[in-house]
Amino acid sequence: MTKKFVATISIAFLIFTLNVFSMVNEEMILSDTHPEKLSDFGFFSNPQRQLPNTGVLPYSLISPLFTDYADKTRFVYIPQTMRAAYEENEVFNFPIGSVLIKTFSYEAINSDRINLIETRLLLHKKNGWEAITYVWDKEQEEAYLNIAGKTVLTQYLDPSNNLTNLRYRVPNKNQCKECHLKNNSLVPIGPKPRNLNKIHHYSEGPMNQLVKWRAMNLISENIEIPQPISNYSDSEEPLNDRARAYLDINCGHCHSKNGSANTTGLYLNLLENNRKSIGINKPPVAAGRGAGTNKYSIVPGFPDQSILLYRMISNEPDIMMPESGRSIAHQEGIALIREWIDSME
Amino acid sequence: MRILFIITVLFSFDALTDVIIVSPSDEAQEKIQEALILANPGDEVHLTAGTYSIEDGLSLDIDNIILSGEGHENTILDFSNQMTGAQGLLVTSNKVLLKDFAITNTKGDAIKAIGSDGIYFINIRTEWTSGPKSTNGAYGLYPVQSKDVLIDGCVAIGASDAGIYVGQSQNIIVRNSRAEYNVAGIEIENSYYADVHSNIAQHNTGGILVFDLPDLPQQGGHHVRVFSNQILNNDTDNFAPEGNIVGEVPRGTGVIVMANSDVEIFDNDISGNETMNIAIVSYSYEEAIDETDYYPHPRAIQIHNNRLSNSGYNPDMDKEIASVVKHLAKEDMPDIFWDGVLPLSQMIFGQPEQDKLILKDNYDSSFMSIKPIQYMLSLPNPVNRDSLDFKGTIEPLNTVIIDLPSGYND
Repeated sequence: MTKKFVATISIAFLIFTLNVFSMVNEEMILSDTHPEKLSDFGFFSNPQRQLPNTGVLPYSLISPLFTDYADKTRFVYIPQTMRAAYEENEVFNFPIGSVLIKTFSYEAINSDRINLIETRLLLHKKNGWEAITYVWDKEQEEAYLNIAGKTVLTQYLDPSNNLTNLRYRVPNKNQCKECHLKNNSLVPIGPKPRNLNKIHHYSEGPMNQLVKWRAMNLISENIEIPQPISNYSDSEEPLNDRARAYLDINCGHCHSKNGSANTTGLYLNLLENNRKSIGINKPPVAAGRGAGTNKYSIVPGFPDQSILLYRMISNEPDIMMPESGRSIAHQEGIALIREWIDSME
Repeated sequence: MRILFIITVLFSFDALTDVIIVSPSDEAQEKIQEALILANPGDEVHLTAGTYSIEDGLSLDIDNIILSGEGHENTILDFSNQMTGAQGLLVTSNKVLLKDFAITNTKGDAIKAIGSDGIYFINIRTEWTSGPKSTNGAYGLYPVQSKDVLIDGCVAIGASDAGIYVGQSQNIIVRNSRAEYNVAGIEIENSYYADVHSNIAQHNTGGILVFDLPDLPQQGGHHVRVFSNQILNNDTDNFAPEGNIVGEVPRGTGVIVMANSDVEIFDNDISGNETMNIAIVSYSYEEAIDETDYYPHPRAIQIHNNRLSNSGYNPDMDKEIASVVKHLAKEDMPDIFWDGVLPLSQMIFGQPEQDKLILKDNYDSSFMSIKPIQYMLSLPNPVNRDSLDFKGTIEPLNTVIIDLPSGYND
């Protein structure tokens, strides 16, 4: 055997090995600096169609955050041989080197392709999570690192199927932190076990996500599967559960005792049980114009006198809630919270 | 990534520090925000003179940063066309010095600092330039849940809530500043250890407010000194959006203390306020509140050596408190008013000595307090007009000491 032949074999073997494990660039995930291009991470085999590489697993949530009617595709990457730990009522404790990937897109008009806007990453580095975002170029071939936030003028089909202009705002790094902050450190929000406990349609077929994660050894097989959170879009489910699920995922990350809106004393996370802290007959503190002409966050039976609903309906920067992450109102969410407050005694 | 224009200068007193300079341009907004994200601790971001039109809220989350302009009349961040953001500038990091620029016409608050350990506003102006309007943003300078707060030489005009508002904070100095044409000029709320001195609060609805509110992470506001201020001619109709707590403030109230403890008000000039010069009141409420750690009545308030004159000449009859006072005062409006509301046991058996209101040497001021039992039972003599019933020994509160930014002289 010539040396050249051995070398060729070795390289072929090396490429083959990498392929079997993953195309994901783990070094880049842990690096202090971020690559300019999203493709440098190697998360996708076909980014335009959002097809992941081996080792990057898609997931979905029962009750998702509303973001201007954008479609979202979500993926998790956990380094080979490592597992996420389970904590009751908390997001899975993903090991260092993990990444949560979320791409925001709209249905493209007159095209079978989707219109990719941005891909947000939560990278679990040695000293904690870091949030960065990549904005897709016009050609939809590459997404580029964005630091300061960006305005993307686009269009979406509203619930009544009207094509509507949208001033979509890509968040800057600080804005990511506003929502993802808990006890002064940045944490993921979505992938709580209770919000993952549903069937996901994988390329190889439908399967419960937690069962799948267990089977793939991404989480311990001894994990007791928790009660799923209510799907707020499912009108078959109890109204109170739907409303609380909606408020939990859309508001509860900031409006909780350890979140960045704790200055208000209004806590909307799922586990909050104090009626006044949830907003019932609670006067505002520093809401400014956000209160409108209303006296309390929630007036049972009177949705139109409730600050909570007033702020969901508004699109004014100083009135609207959430403060960032949307520029238009979520009509279905408004209808749900209206019905919920209306039903209260 | 855009390459920032970075120059390095050698400070005479310190090691290498970067100064990132941004000038007005079409891309200035993005450049400022990028600088505020990419700066390293110790850096200064400097905005040259001119007007910057900003459409989206700015934010800073890096410790030990100076953000400077070239004077609050020269470097102006104008948010008249703001599209997003609940405030103009949000600060969430520690040891941040903001100086010599203005923020105008934000949709919501002008500058909010949240959870900042060391936040210094020097010669900053926040203004809504079309005068008092209920569509103006709520707060001008708005540090909350912060420690070591300095507001010095600032100007706050036109806020639909408070021009200068310090909430749920501790170790606070507000001085040499001017607040005018706001609903509340200066408000210290749910805070500990504040010195508010040498300010001018004029033409607001209420001049200086010291409040404590229930159901908040930090409550039981205490140790606030309000001294050597000019609290004059507060005469602007209350233009707060309905539903806000400051919406209750009668037009023309010089100082209001609500539910706070240990407040010392001295050596102020308080005059020309249309309803009253000083009001000491309880937090009144319709909804149930958790009273286990909230006390709704003012305690240990000392008011002495103030120069009070010319108030109550045009009381704001739209506000219940003003009409009640006017009625009970038989048209002779007091300079200093205490609502007299106490827990029932104290109404019957008297207040603990250390909780009592003390009035001393307020020159020719007039006084009125309500005797709640007589008032509620419609008995004769429901008020007390004799300030000598409230004499006592003044026990001065300590000077507030805060950790000042390096290189900043008193």
